[in-house]
Amino acid sequence: MKKKDLPQDNEGIHEGKFKDLCYVVDQDGNYVTAHSTGWSPKNTAMLQAWDVIHEKVEKIRNKVISGELSPIAYFMEKNMLDIKMLSQYTGIPKRKVKRHLKPVVFHDLDNETLEQYADAFDISVEEIKNTFSI
Amino acid sequence: MKTSNKDIKIDFKHHQAAHCENGVTSNLLKYHNINLSEAMVFGLGSGLFFSYMPFIKLNGLPVISFRPWPGMIFNRVTKRLGVNIARFKFKDPASSMKALDDNLERGIPTGCLVGVYHLTYFPQPFRFHFNAHNIVVTGRENGEYIISDPIMEDIEHLTYKDLQRVRYAKGTYPPKGRMYHIESLPANYDLKEAIIKGIKKTSKDMLNIPVPLFGVKGIRYLARRLRKWPKKLGPKKASLYLGQMVRMLEEIGTGGAGFRFIYAAFLQESARELNQPWLEEVSVEMTDAGDKWREFALIAGRIFKNRTGATESYNAAADVLMDIADREKKIFMRLKQINS
Repeated sequence: MKKKDLPQDNEGIHEGKFKDLCYVVDQDGNYVTAHSTGWSPKNTAMLQAWDVIHEKVEKIRNKVISGELSPIAYFMEKNMLDIKMLSQYTGIPKRKVKRHLKPVVFHDLDNETLEQYADAFDISVEEIKNTFSI
Repeated sequence: MKTSNKDIKIDFKHHQAAHCENGVTSNLLKYHNINLSEAMVFGLGSGLFFSYMPFIKLNGLPVISFRPWPGMIFNRVTKRLGVNIARFKFKDPASSMKALDDNLERGIPTGCLVGVYHLTYFPQPFRFHFNAHNIVVTGRENGEYIISDPIMEDIEHLTYKDLQRVRYAKGTYPPKGRMYHIESLPANYDLKEAIIKGIKKTSKDMLNIPVPLFGVKGIRYLARRLRKWPKKLGPKKASLYLGQMVRMLEEIGTGGAGFRFIYAAFLQESARELNQPWLEEVSVEMTDAGDKWREFALIAGRIFKNRTGATESYNAAADVLMDIADREKKIFMRLKQINS
């Protein structure tokens, strides 16, 4: 790729935090590095991956609202965790995590347990409790 | 928890790189006055590769990779130059942080394997549960660790808690607090010899692995499968597969076109280092192959943007892959002949 052809399709994915370092050929045929703010096919691929995740999260969210699952299930999906990983982050056994996904069991959880989840999700206990309360 | 809050600043120069493993390796070597560019490190470490493993799925998508296993580049480069590395792995987080602190007290810039999901300075869209990222910790100031992350343009900072968390990320291949540093340097090293070894290894990997999933054969295998995607998977899933391919090809870390451009830069540098001008020609051919990979990404991008499952677009993408396979075969047939 020639340096002058390096795309600068900024679609906000980098949040202005860094630019990609790319290897390009200058006018004398020498390799140099240059910064790119993004490239459209790559941006689209990235957004597509997030669409899939958001779709899944939305599905779980509806199940929490309809009372099939507990808020733990929602935050687990939102953080792209599965039961095994959530168990590892919280130190709560898998079998228990699985039970905590049931609304009835969730409502009886003590603050200490909720604290462990809140820590893993990087949110407060209140947020776990209140996100879905009417 | 902390051993001390004293500020420590190691005089470590941060250089941004396209890829984290190259970048950490190059930055650590530079600290020890071995001045090798990212491209040179990538080539010496035989960083270019291709593999397509449809039966191994990550998040429901087949594994396509343009690089060898994480850690290989670093291992090969240091081995080929005769640099000694000290490596550590820990049972519990507190002792891993203590060991890091001890290293910093002794003025040793220390490489750490981390997960990116909780990396606070990363842009949100890049934060997946990916556990093979590399950073160098270069000191401590105002109660925070000073981080040289090769992907970032500047130095970053992490709190004790956040650093511990990324070093103990969970999921696939957890880093388990792994850290490493350069222990001793060779009295002298033979760069020319190392370049030749690096090129020979890459050529072998791209041409001679007797399983059709790897190297040039892997590219052809993928091309053949890809033609069937829209029929076999349906338009939606097929476009997700393509999206995954483009992410692997272009997402942070490849320097463009699945490392093909970095490798071309390495070949150009090597032509001059070895005084073998024919490598300049191969570098140009490699750039052309990289441009073809970009063409593939463009076609793929059009497909998944419009969500069309039209077989002819998939065929067009597969045709480009077949062309790339021919080009890369020719390139590595030439490169494998290299001699001092």
